[in-house]
Amino acid sequence: MTGEAWISIGLLMLVVLLLVKPVGAFLARVYEFQPLFGLDKLFGPLERGIYRLCGIRMDDEQNWKQYAAACLVFNFLGFLAVYAIQRLQGSLPLNPAGMKAVPPSLAFNTAASFITNTNWQNYAGESTMSYGTQMAALTVQNFLSAATGMAILVALIRGLVRKTTSGIGNFWVDVTRSVLYVLLPICVIFSLILVSQGVPQTLERYVHVKLVEPFVAPAVASGAASRPEAVASQTIAVGPVASQEAIKELGTNGGGFFNANSAHPFENPTGLTNFLEETAILLIPLAFCYTFGRMVGDTRQGWAILAAMVILLLAFMIPCVITEQAGNPLLAKYCNQRPTALQPGGNMEGKEARLGPVNSAIFDSTATGTSTGAVNSMLDSFTPLGGLFPLWLIQLSEVAPGGIGSGLYGMLMFVLVTVFIAGLMIGRTPEYLGKKIEAFEMKMASIAILVPPSLALLGTAVACVIAQGVAGIANPGAHGFTEILYAMTSQANNNGSAFAGLNGDTPFYNIVGGLIMLIARYWTIIPPLAIAGSLANKKIVPAGSGTLSTHTPLFVFVLLGIIVVVVALTFFPALALGPLAEQLQTFAGHF
Amino acid sequence: MSATDGSANADESNSPGGRRQTKLPRRGGVLAMLRAALVLLTLCSVLTGIVYPLVMTGIARVLFPWQAAGSLINRKGQPTLSRRSAIGSAQIGQYFNQPWYFWPRPSATSPVPYNAAASGGSNLGPTNPTLIAHIKQRVQALRNADIGNSAPIPVDLLTSSASGLDPDESVAAAYYQIPRIARLRRMSPARLKKLIARYTSGPQFGLLGEKVVNVLELNLALDRVAPYPPAPGAPFDHVRSSTVR
Repeated sequence: MTGEAWISIGLLMLVVLLLVKPVGAFLARVYEFQPLFGLDKLFGPLERGIYRLCGIRMDDEQNWKQYAAACLVFNFLGFLAVYAIQRLQGSLPLNPAGMKAVPPSLAFNTAASFITNTNWQNYAGESTMSYGTQMAALTVQNFLSAATGMAILVALIRGLVRKTTSGIGNFWVDVTRSVLYVLLPICVIFSLILVSQGVPQTLERYVHVKLVEPFVAPAVASGAASRPEAVASQTIAVGPVASQEAIKELGTNGGGFFNANSAHPFENPTGLTNFLEETAILLIPLAFCYTFGRMVGDTRQGWAILAAMVILLLAFMIPCVITEQAGNPLLAKYCNQRPTALQPGGNMEGKEARLGPVNSAIFDSTATGTSTGAVNSMLDSFTPLGGLFPLWLIQLSEVAPGGIGSGLYGMLMFVLVTVFIAGLMIGRTPEYLGKKIEAFEMKMASIAILVPPSLALLGTAVACVIAQGVAGIANPGAHGFTEILYAMTSQANNNGSAFAGLNGDTPFYNIVGGLIMLIARYWTIIPPLAIAGSLANKKIVPAGSGTLSTHTPLFVFVLLGIIVVVVALTFFPALALGPLAEQLQTFAGHF
Repeated sequence: MSATDGSANADESNSPGGRRQTKLPRRGGVLAMLRAALVLLTLCSVLTGIVYPLVMTGIARVLFPWQAAGSLINRKGQPTLSRRSAIGSAQIGQYFNQPWYFWPRPSATSPVPYNAAASGGSNLGPTNPTLIAHIKQRVQALRNADIGNSAPIPVDLLTSSASGLDPDESVAAAYYQIPRIARLRRMSPARLKKLIARYTSGPQFGLLGEKVVNVLELNLALDRVAPYPPAPGAPFDHVRSSTVR
C-alpha cells in the first residue's frame, strides 16, 4: 500500500471525526427541541404548518406500539406511492425521454428497496425511470427512509434515558424534524457543491451530439452476433442528478440516478466530489454516536461505540485497499499494474481513471460499512479478496458504522447482548446505562441480530438450488456463487450494493429480494422499538461498584469480539465457498 | 423549549424531549394515524420530491449554468451552452479507434462503446476467462496499431471502466500512445507531451483523486494543432510552437 493510500484514508477519517462532535451536538438539539441557530426560525412556521395539517401536536407522546404502527403505516403508504408512480410514469409529467411504465415485479422490488433504505436496483436509472419518478418517488424515499431510521434511533435513545413512562416520542415529529432541520439543509448546500464540480441538475431532455469522428463499433467480444454498426452520434443522459445524489449519500441510501452509480462521471466527476460523497456517507451514522452520548448524559458512552465502529470499518477497508492496489495477478503478464507517478495502477477493470483503485476501495468500503450501497467502481470486478471485504462489512449486520440511525440502533442491539454476556460472566444482573437488561430485551435484541444473517443465508441457499436463481449468474465458478451471496446479503442487510453482474431483474429475484428487504428492515425496527418501550418503563438503577463500565477499551474489545463471533463468523462457510475459493484459484493460476 | 413550538406546547412539563416526565398519548385511533401518515407523506413528497429538486435546478442554472446542463463543449473544446454546437460533454468520454487519435479506455456499454444513455461496466470477475480474452484482444489491437512499440501497456488502457464513459485515462496510458500519434500526425513526441500536459488534471488540491488526461479534449486539441491527414509533403513536426500555445 502506497503512502498516498494511507493519506487518503487518514484524511477522510480526520475530516469525518472532526465533524462528529459539532454535527452530533446539532442532532441532539434537533431531537431535544433546543434552538437551532436560526434554522428553527426559518423552518419553524413550515414545521408547525405540517403538524397542523397532519392533525398532530408536537407534544403528543406515543408508546412504542403506536410509534411502531406509525412507522409501518407511513412506510407502507410510501411503498404504495413509489409503486404507483413507477407504474404510471408513462402518463405522468417530467418524462422527456418517454419512459414506459415499470413492469410490476420490478416496480415492487424498487418500491420495497427504496422505502427500506436499501436502494437495491434491478434497473438502470437512465433507461428505466423518468425524471418525475426519480424526483417524486425515489428522491422522496431517500429522505423519508433515512428520516425513519433516524427516528427509530432517537426513540430507542429516549427509551434508555427516560424512566417509568410509556412515551418514547412522536414518530411524525421525529421524521419531520429529521427532514427539515438535518437532511434538507445539508442537501441544499451539498448538491450545489456537486453541481459546481460538474454534476448536472436540469430538467431538459437527454443531449444528442454528433461525434467528432463516426466509428464502426467493434463486434461485441462476448460473442453476441451483432452486426458492426456505424455510430455517428452520442446520446448523453442528464437530469436532476445533483439533488438526488446529495441525499443518496447523506441518507446512506445509495440508489444511483444512473446505472453506474457513483462511478458515472455525472454522479461523481472529480476527486473532490468523491471525497465529499464519502464524507457525507459516514457523517451522520458516526455523528449519531456523539448525539447518543449527549442524550444519555455521558458522552464517553458514545465515543466507545464510535471507536468500535471505526475500528471495524478500518479493519476491513485497509485490506481492501491493499488488495485492489496490488492488482489482478492474472493480468500481470499483459500489462503494467504498478502504481507510479504517471498511473494509479492496480486492478483497474471496473474502475474509473480519475478515482483509481485506492479511492475506489475506500469508497466501496465506506458504502458497504454504512448501509449506503453506492459504488464508484464495479465490485464484481474486484479481486476475490478485494470483493470479500465489502461483502463481509455488510455481513456484520451494518454496524460499522451502519446506516443512518439504523447503524447505531443495530449496534446498540449488540451492546445489549455484550452487556448481558459480560453480566453473566461476572454474575451480576446485566445493566446498561442504569437500565436492567432482562429476558424481554434479550429476546428482542436476538431477533434483530439474527434476522438479517438468516435471511441472507436462506436466500442464498434457495437461489443456488433453483433454476431461476442460478440463471442470473454472470461469471462462472466460485465467483458466480459470490454474486448470489452478495445479492442476498446486501438485500437482507438493507445495503443495496451489488456484484452487478447478477441479472436481478427477473420475477424470482425481484419478488424474493423485495420480501427479504421488507422483512429485514421491519424486523430490525420493531425489536429496538419494543426494547425502547420496555426500557422507558423501567427505573434507573444508580451505578454501584459492581456495575460494568460500558465506555472502557475493555468493553469495546468485548463488543467487537461479540460482533465477530455472532455475525462475521456465521458467514465464514459461505465465504469459503465464494471469494476465498476464488482467491486460492488465482494463487494457483487455475480457473 | 424551542421557539418553534408555538402555542401547541404551552405546558413546559409536557416536553417530548430529554428525560422529563411525559404524559401518556392523548389521541389515538386508526383514522387519526392514517390521516397523519397520508398528509405527512404528501407534504414531504411535495417538499423533497418537487420543491427541493426544482429549486436546486433554478439555483444551479443561475450559479453554474454550464455544469448544470451537462458540461457541454464545442468542436474547439470550449464550454458551450448551445446543444446545437455541442460535440460532447467534457465529463463524458467518446470512443475513438482510429490510430491517429488517442484511444480512450475500453468501454463495456451496450450495444456500442461509450453509450452515454446506458452506463455500466463489464462486471467480469477477476478470474473470468472472458476478461483475459478481452485483455489479450486489446493488447493485440494496440500492438497492431503501433508495430514495434513493445513498452509495457498501462493497465487502465486495457481494462474497461466502471461507467463505460470514463472521460479520462492515466498519463501513462497517453504517453504509451505517443509514438503512434507522433508518426501519423508528424509531430514530435516532446510537443505531444506538452499537449498531454495541457489536458492533464488532478489530483485535486494535490490530494484528492488521481492525475488523469481528458481524452476527448486532448483529441479535439490534436485536430486543431495537427490535423490528420497531414498536408502532403509537410515536414515532420510541421506544427509551429505558437499554434500549440
